[in-house]
Amino acid sequence: MADLKAQIIEQLNLQEVKPEDIGNDQPLFKEGLGLDSIDALELIVLLQQHYGIRIANPEQGPEIFQSVRTMATYITAQQKQPG
Amino acid sequence: MSEPVWIAGGGVICGIGATLPACVEAFSRMQPGMEEVQYLHTIHRGVFPVAEVKADNATLAAQAGMPAHISRTALLSKIAAQEAWDSTGLGDLLQYRIGFISANTVGGMDKTEDFFADYLQHPDKGRLQQVLHHECGSVTELVADAMGIRHQVATISTACSSGANALMYGARLIRNNIVDIVIAGGTDALTRFTLNGFNTLMILDQQPCRPFDDTRTGLNLGEGAGYVVLVSDVMRKRLPNAPWCRLSGYANTSDAYHQTASSPDGIGNYLAMKGALDMSGLQPKDIAYINLHGTGTQNNDSSEGKAIERLFAPDYPAVSSTKSFTGHTLGASGGIEAVFSALAVQQGIIYPNARFATPMKEWPVAPATVFSSGNKLSHVMSNSFGFAGNCSSLVFSKE
Amino acid sequence: MNIYIQGMGCVSPQQTAAEGPFLAEIREYEGNRLKVLDPDYKQWIPDANTMRRMGRVVKMGIGAAKLSLQHAGIEMPDAIITGTAYGCLADTGVFLTRMIQRQESALSPTPFIQSTHNTVSGQIALLLGCHAYNSTFVHKGFSFESALLDSIMLLREKTEQQILIGGVDEITDHSHTILSRFGLYKQEPVRNTALLQSTTKGTIAGEGAAFFVLGTTKGAVKLTGLDTLYKPASQQEVSSAIQGFLATHRLSTADIDLLITGRNGNAGEDAAYTQLTQTLFPQTAAAAFKHLCGEYPTASAFAMWMGAQIIQQQQAPAGILYSGTAPQQLNRILIYNQYQGTHHALILLEKA
Repeated sequence: MADLKAQIIEQLNLQEVKPEDIGNDQPLFKEGLGLDSIDALELIVLLQQHYGIRIANPEQGPEIFQSVRTMATYITAQQKQPG
Repeated sequence: MSEPVWIAGGGVICGIGATLPACVEAFSRMQPGMEEVQYLHTIHRGVFPVAEVKADNATLAAQAGMPAHISRTALLSKIAAQEAWDSTGLGDLLQYRIGFISANTVGGMDKTEDFFADYLQHPDKGRLQQVLHHECGSVTELVADAMGIRHQVATISTACSSGANALMYGARLIRNNIVDIVIAGGTDALTRFTLNGFNTLMILDQQPCRPFDDTRTGLNLGEGAGYVVLVSDVMRKRLPNAPWCRLSGYANTSDAYHQTASSPDGIGNYLAMKGALDMSGLQPKDIAYINLHGTGTQNNDSSEGKAIERLFAPDYPAVSSTKSFTGHTLGASGGIEAVFSALAVQQGIIYPNARFATPMKEWPVAPATVFSSGNKLSHVMSNSFGFAGNCSSLVFSKE
Repeated sequence: MNIYIQGMGCVSPQQTAAEGPFLAEIREYEGNRLKVLDPDYKQWIPDANTMRRMGRVVKMGIGAAKLSLQHAGIEMPDAIITGTAYGCLADTGVFLTRMIQRQESALSPTPFIQSTHNTVSGQIALLLGCHAYNSTFVHKGFSFESALLDSIMLLREKTEQQILIGGVDEITDHSHTILSRFGLYKQEPVRNTALLQSTTKGTIAGEGAAFFVLGTTKGAVKLTGLDTLYKPASQQEVSSAIQGFLATHRLSTADIDLLITGRNGNAGEDAAYTQLTQTLFPQTAAAAFKHLCGEYPTASAFAMWMGAQIIQQQQAPAGILYSGTAPQQLNRILIYNQYQGTHHALILLEKA
């Protein structure tokens, strides 16, 4: 999950945040890291670029991007799927 | 400062027609302009429907009387601006104190993106001619120069409200006695830059868009240009024909909520409509028809609906989004829809909203779905709201 | 009705955004590109989450806007108007490059969102929570002048307002490379402090932001007049326009205490400035500003900031004069700038 955190920081240009500052279960949006709807779109790009996962419907975002752990779980699940 | 400003004519080119009469014909026949991408080179061809102007650059250039290698944004602009001028019957433009206020958001990007493909290979590559007119202002000047306009030439870029702000600025130039006539509106060609940009926001519908419908899932991009000719009260007396109507009110506000999203209650939208109404000295009940901003995104339409509810409830005027035919033409939309709205007053037209079936939850009011003309429309409002919170409303009045 | 400059702020390649004596020292640069001396933008944009997406041009604009609001002692203007010819070039370049390199897939929304020309005005409104009139003019060498004309009209239409208005443009690696290919900049080694003595063609690229708060109640400097001349047919037309402009304000060329011109080291264009000043203003002290900020389409905003400072402080820094000696009393300054021979602008400032 450390890699993922670094990728999130880079994708979102979180200049003052270090990977260890982000808790695995810390909410990414609103009161957590303070991310917003544009960041959700950026995270969709991150998944496509780094993991080859395409999300066509942005409404899936809030569920997948609750925390770094939920993102990691989603990535693992997608990668296990054949084809 | 409160001298009346009149609409003496208008011109439009867009995905449903190359002239204003052709557009009106398309509305009356219920023929929206969205189709598979035909002229733009993009990998998204076949994925996102767009409302392109149905002509290649060579054809447009011949129509515009301009070279074919210049930006499509300028070609579209010249065609619509010329139609607008010719419709006034004012004759030789050079005899007047006249301004050209044109809005656009992409400038010569259609050429720049071709240039950049070569330039990124090596900084010495790419034909410079392709970036010569990259700037938004350059597009305006190509057209102003071709028409011979020198007194006031300006370009406004406030995203999707750009065209409406051009009318507003033009009217104020007349009221401040800086010029007597202004050709005002906007232009934008479809580009890969904007198509891909809106795609990153995931607000492009893969089906023809459904503004103000509960099933809406995004917008379709379009392209085109639209201009009105604004004249002073003094110039009005020299018009060979009666003016179409009067630009009786306008307001520009900022939503100041988010970089791209509209506020849930549409505060900027509300303030723009309220401001335009106040300036025209009208009550909400006086407005007979609203040409909606109506892009077809979840967020835009619900904010606009909420703002209309706050200002107009419980009795609503007829409303419709002509973007359901023309697609969202970005910097041109405010100009194109101003022409439609001004013509609506003159000819009593209520434009249809294509593909409407289910009222949306946030504001369950059905837009007009059939074309009608000969209605008595004393006052018509046109809304244009954009990125970065720019909101503008215009009011057109018979007298 | 008089219009006053009630506040001003400037972010430029010079030390203009910090406290301190006005242009006491001219910063020297080698090469044909002057970059803005970035102040600490956190002082105006404290929220890191807000700042992280902003391009440099947006920060420059916000910095200058905030400085001018502070200077005017207000928090909420009645309108926000920006002039920018190029808009947000850096983000435009990023999006364009990725779009081509990634063949239109897996693109980030942020550079697209930040690429639109109205981002500066929009972000200022967002930061201030300002719902008032908001506009952006994007017209080459008239971008700032159009914004200024809009402000003047707004104040004529309703006097009791305070308008935040400015000009901002950035230069990026891409734009510098491409504009260099058009031959705009000097090919040989150049130092900005020696620019005005140059005898070769080309100038140096620049960038910056200058914002103002304009109002109709008293301020130290009066914005008396503004005029633009688009593509004049001859130098004669320019001369007549300047004389006509002064006559409108019941002034003659002798009434001008200091002339600020857009002299930029491009020998051909500078010769036109010289001819004009020698004919129309033989006795008037003349100053320049583009050796301080470089050449860019909204550089006249820097000139207006400099002119207003000179009047307010009653002092013309030594590093800006290129002919004559500034008089003791600096009551009236005329700014004459032209951009690429096609966009000519006149701004008249007076001591209030």
